[in-house]
Amino acid sequence: MLSAESIQKIEYELTKYPADRRQAAVMSALRIAQTEKGWLSKETISFVSSYLGIPDIAAMEVATFYNMYELEPVGKYKITVCTNISCMLRDSDSIVEHLNHKLGIGFNETTPDGKFTLKEGECMGTCGGAPLFHINNTRMCEFLTPEKVDQILEELN
Amino acid sequence: MTALAHNLEKQTLVTLRTITEPHPGSLDTYVKLGGYAQLKRIVTEKVKATDIITQIKLSNLRGRGGAGFPTGLKWSFMPRYYDGTKYLVCNTDEGEPGTFKDRDIIRYNPHQLIEGMAIAAYTLGARVGYNYIHGEIWEDYEIFEAALAEARAAGYIGENLFGSNFSFDLHAVHGYGAYICGEETALIESIEGKKGQPRFKPPFPASFGVFGKPTNVNNTESYASIPWIMQHGGEAFQNLGVYNSGGTKLFSVSGHVVNPGNYEVRMGTPFTELLEMAGGIWKGRELKAVIPGGPSTAVMPAKNILGATLDYDGLSKAGSSLGAGSMIVMDDSTCMVKALKRLSYFFFEESCGQCTPCREGTGWLYRVIKRISEGQGRMEDLDLLTDVSSNISGRTICALGDAAATPVLSFVKHFRPEFEYYIQHGRSMVENRE
Repeated sequence: MLSAESIQKIEYELTKYPADRRQAAVMSALRIAQTEKGWLSKETISFVSSYLGIPDIAAMEVATFYNMYELEPVGKYKITVCTNISCMLRDSDSIVEHLNHKLGIGFNETTPDGKFTLKEGECMGTCGGAPLFHINNTRMCEFLTPEKVDQILEELN
Repeated sequence: MTALAHNLEKQTLVTLRTITEPHPGSLDTYVKLGGYAQLKRIVTEKVKATDIITQIKLSNLRGRGGAGFPTGLKWSFMPRYYDGTKYLVCNTDEGEPGTFKDRDIIRYNPHQLIEGMAIAAYTLGARVGYNYIHGEIWEDYEIFEAALAEARAAGYIGENLFGSNFSFDLHAVHGYGAYICGEETALIESIEGKKGQPRFKPPFPASFGVFGKPTNVNNTESYASIPWIMQHGGEAFQNLGVYNSGGTKLFSVSGHVVNPGNYEVRMGTPFTELLEMAGGIWKGRELKAVIPGGPSTAVMPAKNILGATLDYDGLSKAGSSLGAGSMIVMDDSTCMVKALKRLSYFFFEESCGQCTPCREGTGWLYRVIKRISEGQGRMEDLDLLTDVSSNISGRTICALGDAAATPVLSFVKHFRPEFEYYIQHGRSMVENRE
């Protein structure tokens, strides 16, 4: 269900905890699974829970509690824009509007070609670089302007 | 890698002391500046744990995550004679809006944090440590993982350090989008692979922490201060600051300033100096208000903060608190109704749902402020907001409830005419004005 590479990564995470505490690795195991699959289906979550030897519900609770897990398919590039106060003060609204206009989608929508999904995020702890977004939970793009957003979108296209 | 920093010559660099170097985060840089020498000295000379705690107490280092609890006192709560594994946890789960200081420590000076944690582990008898890092700063998490591998290969963490019988394993773990995990017991739940819902205290982590074992939890900046204190002595650290607030503090300055960023200054520095370092208010505008320590601290109108000094007592006297040193600066074009609406949405979104007053109350607060911002407000809504806030405060397991109430109470208190204007006219007093 998951690639050998993903399993190897989960095994590395398990080395961080006592052998009888496999549940501790569920946060990273779900993250690794999501990185491979793009999102977390019920089957993927069940695979993770059975691999760790924990009840399905334990993994499901984690997957539904934390914002960065995706329980429905998303585009190839998920763009999460922070709109919290420090970003708002640096006009994150204009970045959101620009993305709405460029991609033709609003928050929680995906472009028809399946390439981009737009999400609204909460504080990412990088407010000095506001306004900002991150892509696929990994790449942080700071000090955004409409021109810089265009460059990033072009690069992804 | 060049750090983004302004006016470094005016700062007092302790936790970010590598930042002026060409490769600030590398092990070579840190060792060149005297890094890991304190750990080596302490372990090889078998310095007594009580002597270390004495220095930390003398330093007057107080928890940099926001609560300001004296670090030395916290360390003395850990049971000294415990037959089993004790844990050390570092809280790098910065998710309080306006807070981004610990990120710079893990990406520009990760080894000082590692050394600080190793010294703490030696002192407290902890065998294993976890640094819990905010999920959104993934690239910085990877930088920290790489720093750990470097430290492990060089023999600064791992088995039998410096040929002694002291061993300490340190691991990086990550959150995945939950503000509440910055609360220490929620963070512990999350390390265990659970939903981040805070535990009822007592028992405190010192007796029942990670996997039910004694655990010491400190903030990143607190641990990163330890090597400096052990090198120069507790008194020298105290002397960097002022009475009741030892050392330096990293201030994250965001919002309407010319140069947002982190500034490490001595405790007791006047606010106006920090504002000047950040280039002053942008666009030639006037200062309107500052949230000095993240939204869980009360907003301060310009007149209250302009004369204040940046230390625990200074900000408390001026009507707010230091918190995590997260300065959110707002100029005179800021609509306070809109600002409060965004903050209230944040607390509503991030409430873990465990306690009814917070789960329901944060939603009420948000909906009332939203209706005001949509021109549907009623004058009695202002009292309703105060009433709901007061009924959340102090009635929940953790401090998120109080944190959600604080901005509402302080915004309405200090900027009441703006709220009244919005209710009467159905539009903002400051936006789109001529």
